Amino acid sequence: MTISTSLVYLIGLPFAGAAILLLGGRRTDKWGHLLATALSGSSFVVGVYHLIQMVNRPTEMRPISQKLFEWISVGSFNVDAGLLLDQLSICFVLLITGVGTLIHIYSIAYMSEDRDRRRFFAYLNLFIAAMLLLVLGDSYLSLYVGWEGVGLASYLLIGFWNQKPAYATASKKAFVMNRVGDMGLSLAIMIAFATMGTVSFAGVAEQAHHTSEAALTAMGIMLLVAAAGKSAQFPLQAWLGDAMAGPTPVSALIHAATMVTAGVYLITRSNFVFDAAPTAQLLVVIVGAITLIFGALIGTAKDDIKKALAASTMSQIGYMILATGLGPIGYAFAIMHLITHGFFKAGMFLGAGSVMHGMNDEVNMRKYGALRQFMPITFITFGIGYLAILGVPPFAGFYSKDMIIESAFNSGGMQAIFLGSLTLIGAAITAFYMTRVMILTFAGTKRWDEGVEPHESPWLMWFPMAVLAVGSVTSGYLLYHNKALYKWLSPLFEDHGEHEELLKPIVVSALALTMVAIGVSIAVYKYMRENIETVAPVDVSWITKFVRKDLMQDQFNEKFFMRPGQLLTKALVTTEDVVVDGSVRGVARMAIGSGSGLRGLQNGFVRSYAALILVGALTLIAAIWVVVS
Amino acid sequence: MDASNYLYISALLFTIGAVGVVVRRNAIVVFMCIELMLNAANLSFVTFSRINGNLDGQVMAFFTMVVAACEVVVGLAIIVAIYRSRRSASVDDASLLKR
Repeated sequence: MTISTSLVYLIGLPFAGAAILLLGGRRTDKWGHLLATALSGSSFVVGVYHLIQMVNRPTEMRPISQKLFEWISVGSFNVDAGLLLDQLSICFVLLITGVGTLIHIYSIAYMSEDRDRRRFFAYLNLFIAAMLLLVLGDSYLSLYVGWEGVGLASYLLIGFWNQKPAYATASKKAFVMNRVGDMGLSLAIMIAFATMGTVSFAGVAEQAHHTSEAALTAMGIMLLVAAAGKSAQFPLQAWLGDAMAGPTPVSALIHAATMVTAGVYLITRSNFVFDAAPTAQLLVVIVGAITLIFGALIGTAKDDIKKALAASTMSQIGYMILATGLGPIGYAFAIMHLITHGFFKAGMFLGAGSVMHGMNDEVNMRKYGALRQFMPITFITFGIGYLAILGVPPFAGFYSKDMIIESAFNSGGMQAIFLGSLTLIGAAITAFYMTRVMILTFAGTKRWDEGVEPHESPWLMWFPMAVLAVGSVTSGYLLYHNKALYKWLSPLFEDHGEHEELLKPIVVSALALTMVAIGVSIAVYKYMRENIETVAPVDVSWITKFVRKDLMQDQFNEKFFMRPGQLLTKALVTTEDVVVDGSVRGVARMAIGSGSGLRGLQNGFVRSYAALILVGALTLIAAIWVVVS
Repeated sequence: MDASNYLYISALLFTIGAVGVVVRRNAIVVFMCIELMLNAANLSFVTFSRINGNLDGQVMAFFTMVVAACEVVVGLAIIVAIYRSRRSASVDDASLLKR
């Protein structure tokens, strides 16, 4: 472990940007966006500097740490606010600051018409700072601060246009559902504290060997709840679709590339907990498997381009979560898919933003069509992202997704075949809905509204898309070549060595590509025609209707959580009103009643006062007499 | 003669005074009844002084007389003032203190 003093700049620079822009007010309107972009970029430079330093150190010296200050010191319980940069965090730092800076650049043009652009950039910087704190914290408690910070930034940015009530509701929905996950994280921290007496990663990793499996399972499940909330995994997935209410760069940065992958980070970071708690690990796999199919299905029925991409994000993170649930065999591949996904999904979201920019903010894909000629750069960059998410060689997704499918098949036991098949089916559905998006948007005939004149976006917007497209092509091979990422991360995990192979890699790739080809062909067969309806057809099978309603996720939540919750709240309010308030009010009413009763004696007649004094004196004498005799 | 007879008379006078204060409306009569009660108490003091064979009670009786004299001065002044402003010496008419 090496000590460093420059880690704090990673977080400090964007945080200072957020502070200056928020406190500076309208004075910073003119140059605020440039400052924010520059600070995010300089944070990226610091990250690259650290990467170079880290690569040049021997393996066991690679993690570096910085103690900021003594945070909590109660008896034997000590928590220092400290930062830790190891092989895992550096991947995230570069992804967050790199993609983040590109999206800052993109937003300069995308938000140029918005009069609140400064506030937008302040929130973006706040998000970058919070997300960096999340991945750099050296204890669960520091992570929790970042965890809440990104939740706040996400809430502020989803509701950035909160003058529209639906958008404000969407941000509230995201916040509330995230709170459920946050509760899981705080419970996990409490379990760690209660059973191990420490909340730092190093401390918990050390204690995990001497802690009962039951405690670790409980902690693992709570961490899974936290991950499900932040990463929009089943059963806390319903918020992500509505989160698309935010400006498109936000969807690209927060709800595709970085924040929603925090759950994957949390589980990977807590590998020592999950490796010792097979039940929790199995639950992780189940959650990942359900979500990858669930998200893919939702994606097939969305006409809103951003919501289709959001469903896809959900599904892809399902792949990552599933990979982390497979244990040491899967962690590195989950992170690999996370990085490649960060490139191609952010690129596609920016592409969607570019399309919306040219189409007067229309999001309905049924009103697109034939945009290939009018937006060539957007078409090419989006197309590269499309090929990457499908897993076509040699694009990035081919390496990362195939590795996950492969590890699912090689995870051993009966579940391996089942999980492997699920990931293959997921790949086929992914191919179907992404092809649908491509065809509806860029191919076919014009189905535009009157007065729409699509045009290519300015270079400030297509430049980040181009960079991300390059990443979508190359990142997969670079990370896969010589098992680069696997070797880089392996010191962090306890690997049990080689795993027996159920299927050879080449067979897996062939299977995956076959499934992708099937998905693409179905989509081409269904949507490559002249007469696409501009309004979604109504007379469709019940399955389509069911999928269109997002598999009833909102209805389910409403019936089983919201209504009972409301009933419970009402019951509690009534109880509070009748019992607690009632007793207080009763005491008051008693005092008032006795007061007004006694007030009758205060009649102003001197003679009745005299009589009362007499009675009192006589009573006193009688009492004394009784006591004495 | 048994000293306790004085005590009986004292109790009787006190009772008459107390009942008078409670039942009579005329302020002058109420005032006289108060005097009666004070003097009933004086009689008890003097009697107990006799019974116990010391002068403490007699001294207390003098004090009571002084207080009674002061009270007469103040009390009569109030009654006269009330009578002048209200044209009535009834204690029930002067019942405005309750508000």
